Amino acid sequence: MTERPGDDLSSPLVPSDPTARATTAPGPAASDPTAADETVPGTAAVDAAVPRGAMLRADGVTLAYGSTVVVHDVALAVGDGGVGLIGESGSGKTTLARALLGLLRPHSGTIRYGSRDLGSLDRKGRAEFRRAVQPVFQDGSEALDPRMTVEASISEALTTHHRMDRAARRARVTSLLEDVGLDPAVAVRKPHQMSGGQRQRVAIARALAVEPRLLVLDEPTSALDVTVQARILDLLERLAAEHGLGYLLITHNLGVVDRLCDTSHVLFAGRVVESGSTRDLLTRPAHPYTLALRDAVPRLGGKPPRPSGRTEAAPAASGCPFRLRCPLATDVCRDQPPAAREVEGRRVACHRAEEVLAGVPNRPVSR
Amino acid sequence: MSGTMIRIRDLAVRMGDRVIASVPELDVVAGECVAIVGESGSGKTTTLLATLGLIEGADISGNIAIDGVDVLSAPLAELRRIRGSRVALVMQSPQAALNPTMRLGTLMRRALARHGVKGAEARSRAADAVTAVLLEPAILRRYPHQVSGGQAQRFAIALAIALGAEVVLADEPTSALDVTVQAEVVAVLRRLRDERGLAVLLVSHDLALVSTIADRVVVMKDGAVVESGPAADVFARPGDAYTRELIAAVPQLPDRLAAEPAEDKK
Repeated sequence: MTERPGDDLSSPLVPSDPTARATTAPGPAASDPTAADETVPGTAAVDAAVPRGAMLRADGVTLAYGSTVVVHDVALAVGDGGVGLIGESGSGKTTLARALLGLLRPHSGTIRYGSRDLGSLDRKGRAEFRRAVQPVFQDGSEALDPRMTVEASISEALTTHHRMDRAARRARVTSLLEDVGLDPAVAVRKPHQMSGGQRQRVAIARALAVEPRLLVLDEPTSALDVTVQARILDLLERLAAEHGLGYLLITHNLGVVDRLCDTSHVLFAGRVVESGSTRDLLTRPAHPYTLALRDAVPRLGGKPPRPSGRTEAAPAASGCPFRLRCPLATDVCRDQPPAAREVEGRRVACHRAEEVLAGVPNRPVSR
Repeated sequence: MSGTMIRIRDLAVRMGDRVIASVPELDVVAGECVAIVGESGSGKTTTLLATLGLIEGADISGNIAIDGVDVLSAPLAELRRIRGSRVALVMQSPQAALNPTMRLGTLMRRALARHGVKGAEARSRAADAVTAVLLEPAILRRYPHQVSGGQAQRFAIALAIALGAEVVLADEPTSALDVTVQAEVVAVLRRLRDERGLAVLLVSHDLALVSTIADRVVVMKDGAVVESGPAADVFARPGDAYTRELIAAVPQLPDRLAAEPAEDKK
């Protein structure tokens, strides 16, 4: 494995002050919704789901659009290999991705790259961050200029971050296209002359051109055919194994997460409701929402997916946000927001996690 | 209950001198769900649209009958009569098909009136249809933007049911939905098939989803059918190399009951 600038494994984590950023955050100075929570930034380091020394890490991150808080007190970290972020539309996963890419400033909490707060990076530090952490979005054409050929698009990325002569650039474009399983002959094409799968692979090649340490992939294969999806997942797996590439994979597809991510976080209404080993989460969920997600996934030749009921119910404003969709909700769920706690090797925010693990029947919520 | 609702023979859709969809034989009987699976460009949506007589600018040959009506030779008035009242199309994004300025109840009342159903009969049909897709009647007072994607999709199906459709053609009806919502739509389609004898022709690229609802499967590639048969057989013992490739590409979840040894993880 090569040396990685920007990553300081030996330095202790700098305790962060969540109030420090709130003063500079845009929007009205709403009372900090995380203040009552027990989670203190830094304590998450003891959690196996947030490995120490990870390259990109969020601690106690709260994100808001104006006064609307969409992500609450999230802690997660990405280093080598894959980390999954699972949730439905509206769960705040894309907003969180934007913050991790430095495109959105946290209302409170910190996002660190190596040992440095993203908000405190100087010009040089930001340039290094933008090279090292590359986004890949659902639609590859978003990342590609419609007027530019594939070669021009990838070359642009190469020259932005490296000085390179024309011949070397050509050779690099060819090898990148081969890496993502494309015929180098597509280099002369423009985005509209390719299929969606080809465009997505070009977008990934462009992201890889600058030799990133980490990819933030937001539903990278959702719009693609299964065979194309399988090829892209193979590629990610290979890059992680060969180059130590880390990635945060944001998706609603649990099958994809299971294959590529050792660790996963389940996001509901902007809160991480369960974190732990992906295998644990999928084989023995401790949160009723993780259970509902898993049981809704159709399986090849399996039983019909199980509707959990009331998917249209808005997250509850008080108590547990999932309670209106939860088959196990009781008075305590109505009255007290569940704090995240350790239960059987994972971190879960549910009053009744032990009963979910014990296999309480998950019947649909009546309407 | 056992009538043949869709009957396709020797269908060929040509664009210039290229055949973009060719289906030698496809039947959907009442109470049955047949799925066409394949990737982009396989011809699955072309086949679906041709079945409704909605393809223009292409040369179509062969025979297509919906509930005995010959789609390729029927006069437009006859086609209009069966579209809506006998056969309904459910698309990927139902919200785009719902007039945003009307409450769902108004939309349904107007659709029923167009097919000659009014007054108490219309009200009772609307209530029945909404219940059949597991929605609350209160939803009829909402505007399209006030309902979720899953609710809009179920309302689109309810509209078909209220109009008396016995055949539903669905093109990727759950692809834009979250898995939890997708499960609800699938449950609704299964229920309507089983309890009301609805015939469903489903087009999807999601093999796992198809395997949980389809009775029979047609696999298409590059405009041609490469394999067809009972869903259980096709998924358990795929006869064609391409079908095997498609099946192998579906990411699998671990068993829901027991944790597997970590080394099994792939």
